Amino acid sequence: MGRLIFKRLIGAIPNVVGVVIVTFVLTRALPGDPAAYFAGPAASQEAVEQIRVQLGLDKSLAHQFVLYLRDLAHGDLGTSLTTGQPVLQELGARLPASLELTLLGLLLAVAVAIPLGIFAATRPGSWLDHSCRLFATAGVSLPTFFTGLLLAYVFYFLLGIAPSPLGRIDVIYSPPPAFTGFYLIDSLLAGDLELFWAAFKQLLLPAITLALFVMAPLMRMTRASMLGVLSSDFIRTARAGGLSRTTVLIRYAFRNALLPVVTTLGMVFSFLLGSNVLVEKVFAWPGIGSYVIEALVASDYAPVQGFVLTMALLYVLLNLTIDILYGFIDPRVGVDE
Amino acid sequence: MSSTAATKIENHPLPFPPPHAGEGKGGSRRRETWAHAKYVATENPVTFGAAIVFFVFVFVAIFGPWIVPYDPLASDTQAALQPPSARHWFGTDSLGRDILSRVVIGTQLDFGIAVSAVLASFAVGAALGAVAGFYGGWSDRLIGRFADTIMAFPLFVLAMGIVAALGNTVANIILATAIINLPFYIRVARAEVNVSRHAGYVEAARITGNSNLRILALHIFPNVLPPMMVQISLNMGWAILNAAGLSFIGLGVRPPAAEWGIMVAEGASYIISGEWWIAFFPGVVLMAAVFCFNLLGDGLRDLIDPRQRT
Repeated sequence: MGRLIFKRLIGAIPNVVGVVIVTFVLTRALPGDPAAYFAGPAASQEAVEQIRVQLGLDKSLAHQFVLYLRDLAHGDLGTSLTTGQPVLQELGARLPASLELTLLGLLLAVAVAIPLGIFAATRPGSWLDHSCRLFATAGVSLPTFFTGLLLAYVFYFLLGIAPSPLGRIDVIYSPPPAFTGFYLIDSLLAGDLELFWAAFKQLLLPAITLALFVMAPLMRMTRASMLGVLSSDFIRTARAGGLSRTTVLIRYAFRNALLPVVTTLGMVFSFLLGSNVLVEKVFAWPGIGSYVIEALVASDYAPVQGFVLTMALLYVLLNLTIDILYGFIDPRVGVDE
Repeated sequence: MSSTAATKIENHPLPFPPPHAGEGKGGSRRRETWAHAKYVATENPVTFGAAIVFFVFVFVAIFGPWIVPYDPLASDTQAALQPPSARHWFGTDSLGRDILSRVVIGTQLDFGIAVSAVLASFAVGAALGAVAGFYGGWSDRLIGRFADTIMAFPLFVLAMGIVAALGNTVANIILATAIINLPFYIRVARAEVNVSRHAGYVEAARITGNSNLRILALHIFPNVLPPMMVQISLNMGWAILNAAGLSFIGLGVRPPAAEWGIMVAEGASYIISGEWWIAFFPGVVLMAAVFCFNLLGDGLRDLIDPRQRT
């Protein structure tokens, strides 16, 4: 197992290199004079020159790349023009809000999609199967920013059961003492159940919005993979041997059907991280998505590039985790490599 | 489907069709095509319905400017924020602009962006994938690495980064959407070409003295088109969602242009105070367009490769 993990780690290096090269190209692809962009619209000629030297834009491209790598190694992603703060620090402060939302969205999606997929696979061709399929296709067609608005309208404006869709927590509460930055966990650590409930209610609508969008691919893959496994010989043998329905379905079939589902998780994460930006805008969620939108509006480029790099590295890390998970789910993976 | 694919394969290795080969078969072939179309329509009514909706969208996209009841950009503060009525079917926005007219006009822009982006990534992706699959070796590794690098990003985030870096224009939205879709086309084309590389008809074409390039372009490519078409229709909906999402966060299309994503963004702040129609109608139409493309793509895939049905 140790060797497998090591192999996967090595395998992720080209991706990291690719990501760093692309973000470097993006920083230098700014039309016109990048220094002028980084200095901001109100900067004087001197300030632009100063930025040029500071960013090393007066040097050769190869030299610039080395400087860029050096800055990255020091965790220097530049400084935001609008707030004057280092980008890394600001991203770090806002990342937990985004992660909490994304992870809860994923959890919801998995909790609904996988049972539905298994259910549909046990009754292929039934009306339940068809409606699951239609529902899933409808889900993936939903523009997340629109679903979010619709949910806010129905549950906040019409029914009044959801809290106002603005931010992570109602203004009457103060955030829990920060340990993890996840309000749900921190409020539990502080033993404040009322706060936990308030944070949870606030999280629910945006998380459902995300979940609706990514449920479809998970459900379809679960269904397809389960259908394939259920028709194989060892399932027939297990049934003939008189094992209970649940045992056959979960212990025998699902475990073997899990691999393609986990692969889909990787793709789903790509969707989740992208939609996160849109959902954060709709719900005024103070995560890195809203941060980057503010920066985009203000033509503040350092935060945008820091954001793209952070998201990409996060995604590479997630894919690496998924790769390693393979080995645990199915010990045959990687044996013959 | 299998019958047309088979005739295609049979016909291709012949560089020159024998004279009068098609004669007398035209009528029966037309009848065959017609019967096939009828079969497709009745066998899968959902796909057929989606196809009809698709043609409605295309019609609206082309003839939109002639059928709108109001000027989509003309504001009328007297009639601002009116709910849907007989005069304004979809209501009016905060500037009194007719939402129905704006939604109709927006079709052209949204479809235009999606179609150009998907065609661009199809053209480039198919060429790169075909080269990688046909020649293999270092070109395969290089192109594969390129696709992997794009896929290493969360795709919407990469599109944001590209538009932010290259400048906030519609052309860059198209470029960004095309780039993030490239890997899918590269992979499909590569896999398909790689499989057909050693097929009998390719060997036959080689023996008759065709060059590699000619075999790739005239013999293999037409045969890998069907799976690429499925990819295109599955991709279309996603391309529209992507473009609308980018303009929702303020990238690309700028107000006052009528575009679905921007219209939803404009209506977003009003939904909390109960003026639902401003964001609702463009959002629903956007959803319907994407839904239609996804259903069409699924239907096409079932036709072309029933084994992949999920």
